[in-house]
Amino acid sequence: MSTNKSTSLFEKTLLKQAFKQSFIKLNPRTMLKNPVMFTVYIGTFIMAAVCMWIAMGEASQGSLAYNLTVFIILFFTLLFANFAEAIAEARGKAQADSLRKTREDTPAKKLADGIGSKEITLVSSSQLLKGDIFLCEAGDTIPMDGEIIQGIATIDESAITGESAPVIRESGGDKSSVTGGTKVLSDRIKVRVTTEPGESFLDKMIALVEGASRQKTPNEIALTILLASFTLIFLIVCVTLKPFADYANTPITIAAFVSLYVCLIPTTIGGLLSAIGIAGMDRALRANVITKSGKAVETAGDLDTLLLDKTGTITIGNRKATHFYPANGVDAGTFTEACALSSLADETPEGKSIIELANINVNGFDTNSATFIEFTAETRSSGIDLPGGVKIRKGAFDAIKNMVTKAGNPFPEETAECVRNISSNGGTPLVVSRNNIALGVIELQDIIKPGIQERFARLRKMGVKTVMVTGDNPLTAKFIAEKAGVDDFIAEAKPEDKMNYIKKEQQGGKLVAMMGDGTNDAPALAQADVGVAMNSGTAAAKEAGNMVDLDNDPTKLIEIVEIGKQLLMTRGTLTTFSIANDVAKYFAIVPALFITSIPALQALNIMRLHSPESAILSAVIFNAIIIPLLIPLALKGVAYKPIGASALLRRNLLLYGVGGIIVPFIGIKLIDMLVALFI
Amino acid sequence: MNTELTGIILTFVLTVLLAFPLGKYMAKMFAGERTITDFMNPVERFIYRIAGIDANKPMNWKQFLMAMLSINCLWIFYAFFLFLNQSHLPLNPDGNPDMSPDLSFNTAISFVVNCNLQHYSGESGVTYFTQLFVITFLQFVSAATGIACAVALFNGLKHKTTENLGNFWSIFTRAITRVLLPISIVIAIVLAFNGTPASFDGKDTITTLQGDTVNVSRGPAAGMIAIKHLGTNGGGWFGTNSAHPFENPGYFTGMLELAAQMLIPIALLFALGFYIKRKKFAWMIFGIMTIGILILAVPTINWEMSGSPALHKMGILQSNGAMEGKEVRFGAAFSGFWSIMTTVISTGSVNAMHDSTMPMSGAMQMLAMLINAFYGGCGVGLLNYYIYIIIAVFIGGLMVGRTPEFFGHKVEAREVKIAALVTLLSAFIIKGGTALAAYYFTSHGHADWAVKPEAWLNNPGSHGFSEMFYEFTSANANNGSGFEGLGDNNIFWNLTTGLAMIFGRFLPIIGPVAIAGLLAKKKYVPETAGTLKTDSLTFGVLTFAIIIIITALSYFPPLVLGPIAEWLG
Repeated sequence: MSTNKSTSLFEKTLLKQAFKQSFIKLNPRTMLKNPVMFTVYIGTFIMAAVCMWIAMGEASQGSLAYNLTVFIILFFTLLFANFAEAIAEARGKAQADSLRKTREDTPAKKLADGIGSKEITLVSSSQLLKGDIFLCEAGDTIPMDGEIIQGIATIDESAITGESAPVIRESGGDKSSVTGGTKVLSDRIKVRVTTEPGESFLDKMIALVEGASRQKTPNEIALTILLASFTLIFLIVCVTLKPFADYANTPITIAAFVSLYVCLIPTTIGGLLSAIGIAGMDRALRANVITKSGKAVETAGDLDTLLLDKTGTITIGNRKATHFYPANGVDAGTFTEACALSSLADETPEGKSIIELANINVNGFDTNSATFIEFTAETRSSGIDLPGGVKIRKGAFDAIKNMVTKAGNPFPEETAECVRNISSNGGTPLVVSRNNIALGVIELQDIIKPGIQERFARLRKMGVKTVMVTGDNPLTAKFIAEKAGVDDFIAEAKPEDKMNYIKKEQQGGKLVAMMGDGTNDAPALAQADVGVAMNSGTAAAKEAGNMVDLDNDPTKLIEIVEIGKQLLMTRGTLTTFSIANDVAKYFAIVPALFITSIPALQALNIMRLHSPESAILSAVIFNAIIIPLLIPLALKGVAYKPIGASALLRRNLLLYGVGGIIVPFIGIKLIDMLVALFI
Repeated sequence: MNTELTGIILTFVLTVLLAFPLGKYMAKMFAGERTITDFMNPVERFIYRIAGIDANKPMNWKQFLMAMLSINCLWIFYAFFLFLNQSHLPLNPDGNPDMSPDLSFNTAISFVVNCNLQHYSGESGVTYFTQLFVITFLQFVSAATGIACAVALFNGLKHKTTENLGNFWSIFTRAITRVLLPISIVIAIVLAFNGTPASFDGKDTITTLQGDTVNVSRGPAAGMIAIKHLGTNGGGWFGTNSAHPFENPGYFTGMLELAAQMLIPIALLFALGFYIKRKKFAWMIFGIMTIGILILAVPTINWEMSGSPALHKMGILQSNGAMEGKEVRFGAAFSGFWSIMTTVISTGSVNAMHDSTMPMSGAMQMLAMLINAFYGGCGVGLLNYYIYIIIAVFIGGLMVGRTPEFFGHKVEAREVKIAALVTLLSAFIIKGGTALAAYYFTSHGHADWAVKPEAWLNNPGSHGFSEMFYEFTSANANNGSGFEGLGDNNIFWNLTTGLAMIFGRFLPIIGPVAIAGLLAKKKYVPETAGTLKTDSLTFGVLTFAIIIIITALSYFPPLVLGPIAEWLG
């Protein structure tokens, strides 16, 4: 979906919406969901009360202007945190809305009395209920998600996938699903509505993003607990500071206590935590994957094993002819011509690829009076009978060999050898004969997608094992598996094989993902930790999986893993950054608190901040503005580099740990220089 | 090289050389393999039979902790009542009186929890009977409790999936019969030969050169002094602890006592590596802990050897370093090193007055106790380090983009919650306690207690603050050393530090054992290239950074107000 990917990070309308939301989110009930920020909320109220107290004449708490400034900064800290969440929501919603736009109210041709009904009533799409049946003809926009129960049609799905080539959807098979908003280009189909209005996957996704049904993921809960305990530790620090200060005969203002507290607690990660989670789902959506829960995205980062279908993921569509091997004594040109002739009527992709490889002008042949012999399961061969009595056949090795030997002709040994070679190299041999004499062999090969080896190597570095699933025989499967660089394969796979493989891996403690579309994939999709159903798949498959890929792109799994990893990493690095920041804040605030009674502590003021007031203000301001500064990082996610866990840890520790210690020293000093101009 | 430093390095190297085979032996012994101490089998079987214990019964983490807590609870009552009535019991040649209830409460807890905070003086506060049958007894069993809980952790780490953390009674008994008792006997004999008394006679009377008559306390001390160090207990027979010429007669016994307290904590690290067959992991922990100790010890030794800047200003030559409060036979460097080892290892036996060390040395001693996980106490040091590992695993795991896992077990909300609570707890106890003390000192100075709050502190200002902060830090860390200069035998300090000790002991044991049990129960996740390697140097550095950051952030203000302010002032 190329158009959506370019959405800039901060679009004007989104900003406006998020700005409004950040005030609405000040509702205490909303705030309570985030324990860290809720304590800031309380701190803000305390500062408001202190300001009023001073306005009424209290003199021991410093100037009104100073206290008011602290209050305003705290208020902004809250707004910034709310804004982070709001902008993440707004972006996710905008993304979902652009998908939903495709399904604005369209008229639906409802069949009043079920499938056999002749009577058509025009209703609005929003009035369609689950189980209703509607008719779509060429040119119609499909009003609702549903399953084709009768007919076949070509459909333009570009509205959701961005792919302009039409796709074929038909009843009965694994490609029976249609999506609301797509357009029927030819033929007519009858479709049964599969979802209640407002309950489509997209609707569910929007609800997730908007927060109505968003639940904290297990990992988010664990992190919240850790952050809450840090918050408590710092609460103890600040509360016990009061008797300590009394002991040291140092009066400390309420503003200083509140400032110290707010600076120390992990507001940075606290403020950005939910934004990070939403952004994860949003990134999935940008990759055109609808997730049914935030947990699924998180789990994706932990995946150990990916089950990938060979066709479409590892190889490009179908086999292609790659070589012609004429038998001894057969002229190469003659053989090539025979190959092309045998495939003239062959509409399969393999047949077409033979003609492509032969590169002969087929129009030059006089085929008007020729008879084409169709492929049948019995003969396992196809071909052409030319007017002059020449019979050309093309087929499997043993089928042609039978034919040749039955006619009393010898089957050339070098051709048999060639067939064996091709088989063991993962190719499919087709033998061509003329008048029951073997002419030679055509080699068909799977074409491995360019760049797929690199992707698998990348996955291996992430610690993810790839498994190729194919209907091929074990020999061919092994060859392709090795060539593509997958770690394991399931050959001659039946749906239950996938299921068994998943169960086996899970018993070993691994997390498994698979992609599927057919109804017979549904159990495996449900069993997998991350099951990605193709949007074109059956309703059962989509129901069973926990993600739906709108592009029907089997390589999408790889992207999903990275999105999951990014999500966890962003949380980890920002937590580290947030905690590391405290070092500098301590060095700003603690000397400022005690400098009057213990002048020697001036030595700890290593940033040489202007005055106690400016030191405290600078620390709080830094604490506030770091939140919006980090919003882009929270939304985009920390880049994942497959360089191995230890190297990645070193890199992130250096960047966000050491960086997290140094940055605030510089930031607070700079802010202090500015603040000093006003004090 | 300076001979003072040579002595320190020699002690350390010899200890590690002894700890390695001991660790290997302990791993084999606790795994139930054949060892040279199998001749103890009949003794143990006899103990199990009279106690009615099925020593082979597997225990899950809850059963293990229940067994551990119930027997510890019993000991507290036992000790409490004996201290209360000790004057009526035999073996009291000096006629020492009963303890007051609050002191008895404090002392009973103090020895059960391996803390050995002493608000009494050994010469006058206890009898030979309570020294032997309460204090020395508890010094054995509290050390064995710590070791048993560490072995429970080993069992949790060893297996892919298990509920069984081992049988508490069996591990506990073998820790005494096969580790603590044999080694203590050897140390006690060496001490006795070097001049530590081992007699049941009461005070001796000598006439000094001036003609004055002096009563000199003595007693069967050698055995207790051996286990006091070996079991990282630290409570002295005599009031001045290992600075006393009977308790620690010379430099050699100083080395022996120092080595004895380091021995088991280091050996347990090696035992971990052998037991769970992850030697690299154990070496990584050993390395990180040793670096941590060096960071604390090297500057301390330097400060102590350089002498007091205040005296320097007055033009007084201090060629031997800061000798105030130190014994000439040990010297500044050795005493400085001892002060760090005894605080970092939670022994708390002292050979010099910590109150008199340089301000920043005091800060280092406090930091050592606040961290409490570099080697650490018998068994519990490793448990404390495990909590830091869990937090490091959680943050580190996130940073590499996977749900955090430790040795194939996912670390989730419940484990994080326990680890966070344990971390939170010490911050609460130490700072809450100090705040309470500071509050009484400033606001209720005239409270009518045995020692009025205003009279608690020998020194006002920052140093006095350090004394109070040190006391709670020591109680919470189950260290037991005192900064001293604090009037601590009164109801306030006896009660508050008593509570600090009991919570500071058991919650940091319950937490890690529970986490180990919960994790071990989980499904095993095989390691992949994307898994955080917990035996790598990077992870070691991360754990170290987390230890430093958590400690620094939690305790920066009190450290600034106490030792740092004194140092700068």
